[in-house]
Amino acid sequence: MKSKRLQLIPYLFILPNVVIFLVFVVVPALYGFALSFTRWDVISEPVFVGVGNYISIFTSSSFWETTQRTLVYVLTVVPLTYVVSLLLALLVDSNMRLRTLMRAFFYVPAMLSAVVIGVSWRWIFGDYFGIINYFIERYGGTPINWLTTPGWAMLVVILASVWARAGYYMVMFLAGLQGIPEVYYEAAKIDGASRWQQFWRITLPLLKPTSLVVLVLCSIESFKVFDLIVTLTTGVTGTGNHVLGAGYLPLGLPAR
Amino acid sequence: MNRWVSRVLQAAGLVLAVIFVLPVIWVVISSFKPGTELFAWPPTFWPKSATVSNYIDALNKGNFERYFLNSLYVSTLSTILTLVINSMAGYAFAKFSFKGDRLIFYTFIATLMVPLQVIMVPIFLVIRRLGLYNSLWGIIIPPAATPTGVFLMRQYMITIPDEIIESARIDGASEWRIFWLIMLPLAKPVLTALTIFSFMWRWNDFLWPFIVISNEQKYTIQVAIANFVGQFYVDWNSLLAMSVLAMIPVLIIFLIFQRHFMKGIAITGLKM
Repeated sequence: MKSKRLQLIPYLFILPNVVIFLVFVVVPALYGFALSFTRWDVISEPVFVGVGNYISIFTSSSFWETTQRTLVYVLTVVPLTYVVSLLLALLVDSNMRLRTLMRAFFYVPAMLSAVVIGVSWRWIFGDYFGIINYFIERYGGTPINWLTTPGWAMLVVILASVWARAGYYMVMFLAGLQGIPEVYYEAAKIDGASRWQQFWRITLPLLKPTSLVVLVLCSIESFKVFDLIVTLTTGVTGTGNHVLGAGYLPLGLPAR
Repeated sequence: MNRWVSRVLQAAGLVLAVIFVLPVIWVVISSFKPGTELFAWPPTFWPKSATVSNYIDALNKGNFERYFLNSLYVSTLSTILTLVINSMAGYAFAKFSFKGDRLIFYTFIATLMVPLQVIMVPIFLVIRRLGLYNSLWGIIIPPAATPTGVFLMRQYMITIPDEIIESARIDGASEWRIFWLIMLPLAKPVLTALTIFSFMWRWNDFLWPFIVISNEQKYTIQVAIANFVGQFYVDWNSLLAMSVLAMIPVLIIFLIFQRHFMKGIAITGLKM
């Protein structure tokens, strides 16, 4: 693979991907970064204002509120998704009956678009017509305005996110679990280790690489969340913004 | 004791599995209720007078068939493009060592972290400059260069022995022929997985079409549904039916190719 001719070839193979990626991701990102130092109304020429935009965001209370909400969201969704998907994987990894069916069921939400998930959960958590409020009322509680009360809306968004992603990461954990050699468990059994000990001493440590991938991917996804929150809480025409990712839109700044 | 534990686990598993699909089932059931029954209080669980009128309404509303076809067109073409360019890039990263290979590869992967909504304004400007605004090509081309796809292809192709390529080279095969006639057929399992994933991503995608398309004739199904969700007034009858129709293609694909799906995710879960 050392000849001159061959040295050019890999670049040709990556070229189409690189071009699309440069044009539609790198250039816009740099452009946006440059624009963030200007005041610009889209029509006239941008006016350089230095770090003015940054000062105005950092001093606006709504920025800090959305940042705080984003952190709350990410710091709850990531650990919850981790635990739930690991538990689901452990459950369907055992050789119980109907495990294939269970896997499929757990995976179904991961197939749905954020828009459809938003619609479905709005329907279930609706104020006057939602089935959840019906049950609350029936058992003597007061109905809750789930999606218009900030705290409750956050809870619903968190639950919907975990529900929507757990199946995907469950499959990753499943692959990780199946990569652990059976002999380790057999040896542990001979030594008299309980199931609990086996989990903490064998399963969890050996799942470390998978765990890392799951945590990284899930954190990235959570920081980026946008469409789910938009459809779940306000609709694209609304102005409410609950998490930073979604907050960028009404903020209108191409700032990073 | 062990028997008891496994019975309890079995029961818990089944209950959890049902809970997981319950929201979807509830939406499907509701979509068959006539308008009056939809908001009946107390709600009926099984539709008393099941009807497909919501579906007929949804199909008549706006240009539903159009949106559906747009989604199908965009998802199919974009998937083909993804397969070609991602497998090419994956091959280069797996089987060649060249200057900057690691840097370029990791930069690709790192773009997973860029939230599209953050660079929405400049993307819009670039799209418009290139004449892709309000064009379906604007949703087909840009998202086709998926980092996950490149990663999947690379991870799989690394496992294909180098000797096969070397011997083809000695036999005088051109680099393109080696890729096209030797590598791709060997990478069939991962290509299948990527086909399914890519179709699902594009079908479910909301942001790209949302940025690129403003002409209602060119809406994809996701944009159409999202636009249907107003803040104050929601036409639930049509919305539920539309949502169910939007779920169907991916659910069908999932049922047919379940194994490939699982395999694809398993490869993504491997460490780099």
